[in-house]
Amino acid sequence: MIELLDIVILGMMVVAALAVLWLRDLFAVAMLSGAYSLMGATLYVLLDAVDVAFTEAAVGAGIATVLMLGTLTLVPRQEKQGKKPSLAGLFTVAATGSLLIWATLDMPEYGDPDAPIHHHVAPRYMKDSTAEVGPPNVVTSVLASYRGYDTLGETTVIFTAAIGVMALLARGRRKP
Amino acid sequence: MEVPGLFNYWMAIILMMAGLYTVIARGNLVKKLVGLGVFQISVFVLYITMGKIKDGTAPILPAGPVDGVVFSNPLPHVLILTAIVVGIATTALGLALVVRIHEAFGTIEEDDIQDIEENEA
Repeated sequence: MIELLDIVILGMMVVAALAVLWLRDLFAVAMLSGAYSLMGATLYVLLDAVDVAFTEAAVGAGIATVLMLGTLTLVPRQEKQGKKPSLAGLFTVAATGSLLIWATLDMPEYGDPDAPIHHHVAPRYMKDSTAEVGPPNVVTSVLASYRGYDTLGETTVIFTAAIGVMALLARGRRKP
Repeated sequence: MEVPGLFNYWMAIILMMAGLYTVIARGNLVKKLVGLGVFQISVFVLYITMGKIKDGTAPILPAGPVDGVVFSNPLPHVLILTAIVVGIATTALGLALVVRIHEAFGTIEEDDIQDIEENEA
C-alpha cells in the first residue's frame, strides 16, 4: 500500500517539473529545479534510501543550484518568448511515455518482497557484509567494496568532467 | 481509496516525459540542462522505488539481533549514489559549455545560434 505522503510528494514533483517547462525566468527555473531535487530527496527517505537522500540534498539541491545560479550571472536571465510548441516533440513524448507505461505492467508491485530484484545478490550483501567488509551500513559496504570498480569508474568520470570544465573556463577569455 | 501498486512507476514516467519534452521543445540551453536534471531525478525515483520492500527499513544493520527485521534492497541505492555524482559532473560540464557558447555567439537560444551559423557559412 502506497502512503499518502508518497502521493503528495510525487504530485508536487510533477507540478515543479511542469512549472520548469512553463516558466521563462531562468532564475525561477533554477530555484524550482533545486526544490524539485529536495522533494526527490524527501521521497528517498520515505523509500528507505537515506544515503541517497542526503547525497541528493547536498549535491542535487545544493551544488547543482549553485552552479546554475553561477551560470546565470554570466548568461541572460530571460528565456526568449514565442517559440511555438513542438508537435513532433509532443508526439515523441506521448509515444515513449505510453510505451514505458505499458512496460511497467509487467513490473512487480510497490514493496513486493518477492520481486526478483530482492532475491539475487542483495540477500548475500545483507547477510555477509558485516563479516566480509565491516561497516554496519550495507550501502557503504557495497559501494566501497563489492562494487568498488563502479566507484572507481565514477571518480574517473568526475575527474574527466573536472578537466573538461577547467579546459573550457580557465582558458584565456576572448574579448567579446 | 486503493492506489494501484504501480503508481510510483507511472508518476516517475510522467516526470521523465516532462523532462524529455523540456529538452526537446525548449531552445534555451540552460532550460535544456534543467530538463535533463528533471529526467535524471525521475530515473532515480524509478530505481529507488524498485528497492523498497513493504514494512522495510533503511539497510543499516543494528548492533543487536536482526531476526524479523526487513531491510530494503541496498543495491539500487548504491547505483543511484553513483548516478547522482555522475549527473552533477555532466551538469557542470554542460553549464561550462553554455558559458563558452554565450561568449562565442552572444546568445544561448538554439535557433539564434543556428541563424548566426547559417549567416557565417
